[in-house]
Amino acid sequence: MPSNQGRRFRAGLAWAVLALAMLVPVAAATLSPLLAWRGPIYILAGFAGVVAMSLLLVQPLLAAGVLPGLEGRRGRRLHRWVGGSIVTLVVLHVAALWVTSPPDVIDVLLFTSPTPFSVWGVTAMWALFLVAALALIRRKVWAWHVIHRGLAIVVVVGSVIHAVLIVGTMEPVTKAILCLMVVAATLAVTGLVRIRARRRPVR
Amino acid sequence: MTMVLINRRSLLAAAGGLVVTAASGLRVPARAKGLAPTPSMRGGANNYRPGAPVVERIGGGGFWMSGTVRRAGDGAPLPGQRIQIWAHTTEGSERDARSHGATLTDANGAFRLEMPQIVPAFGQPHGHLAYDSGQFETVFLRPVMPSAGDRALEAHFVLQPV
Repeated sequence: MPSNQGRRFRAGLAWAVLALAMLVPVAAATLSPLLAWRGPIYILAGFAGVVAMSLLLVQPLLAAGVLPGLEGRRGRRLHRWVGGSIVTLVVLHVAALWVTSPPDVIDVLLFTSPTPFSVWGVTAMWALFLVAALALIRRKVWAWHVIHRGLAIVVVVGSVIHAVLIVGTMEPVTKAILCLMVVAATLAVTGLVRIRARRRPVR
Repeated sequence: MTMVLINRRSLLAAAGGLVVTAASGLRVPARAKGLAPTPSMRGGANNYRPGAPVVERIGGGGFWMSGTVRRAGDGAPLPGQRIQIWAHTTEGSERDARSHGATLTDANGAFRLEMPQIVPAFGQPHGHLAYDSGQFETVFLRPVMPSAGDRALEAHFVLQPV
């Protein structure tokens, strides 16, 4: 039914699914028993990571303009704001973990940590910083889009493996579903949406 | 028909066998040297507070950290060795002084210290142990619990005399 009502129903459904997918894992983490044995700064560090992970789901959807009401320029504009928020949350995540246990974070940043998930997290972090820096340059030629998408995949794969390997405040089932959705959305958008910017003419 | 006793295949097989024998021969003296010392683990020394006191138990207890201490080479059990233990538990973080304690090995080189339940921190449920008394090389261990619900954890030291 291509009626106006049908379109509105589907838009509502899309937003409801997205909101649930993003909010339920965060809500589930607030119920973690581990929180009882952590200080406020450590809790803040954890949630900065959890919220950043959840924001990764909306990022490719905004860029592709597939969210009802946020098509085209509006979606891309919000994509930049959400991108900036993710960078801020990751900086907060690392800084608050540093305050909680400096030697553990130094090991992580120097790639000498005993925990395998930290290598994935740091790799994703550097890819994120790079993608953000390139976004500020905004030379939106074909190559820029290819690099942007490539780095986005590194950010997503690194973050997902980082999150899945961690025994932390995220509840395992909601964490797994969120991670699967983030990977699916990223691969779908980076793989299926055509880059419209023109290729540089070959000399 | 002539019988070919030495062809390329048998020669190669014989040469291969010889190499294996020689290599295993080289390995035998290494085994005779005996038990290798335990190397320190990555991150083992994180949040270490030197000089944790010998205690009956750390905090309220309910979780058991145990292990053995032996000498490198002959594997002789080492009695009376001080092992320092700390972890993120239900009663405090790794950096809190109250999360640290030490115990001594018994006549059989075994140690066992009751402490609060270890809870996952920095992504893994893990403990820290240190031998840092000077008579042997310092060793820091960071064992990880197979499951966060475990009520006990083991770590074993083989120490190299200084």
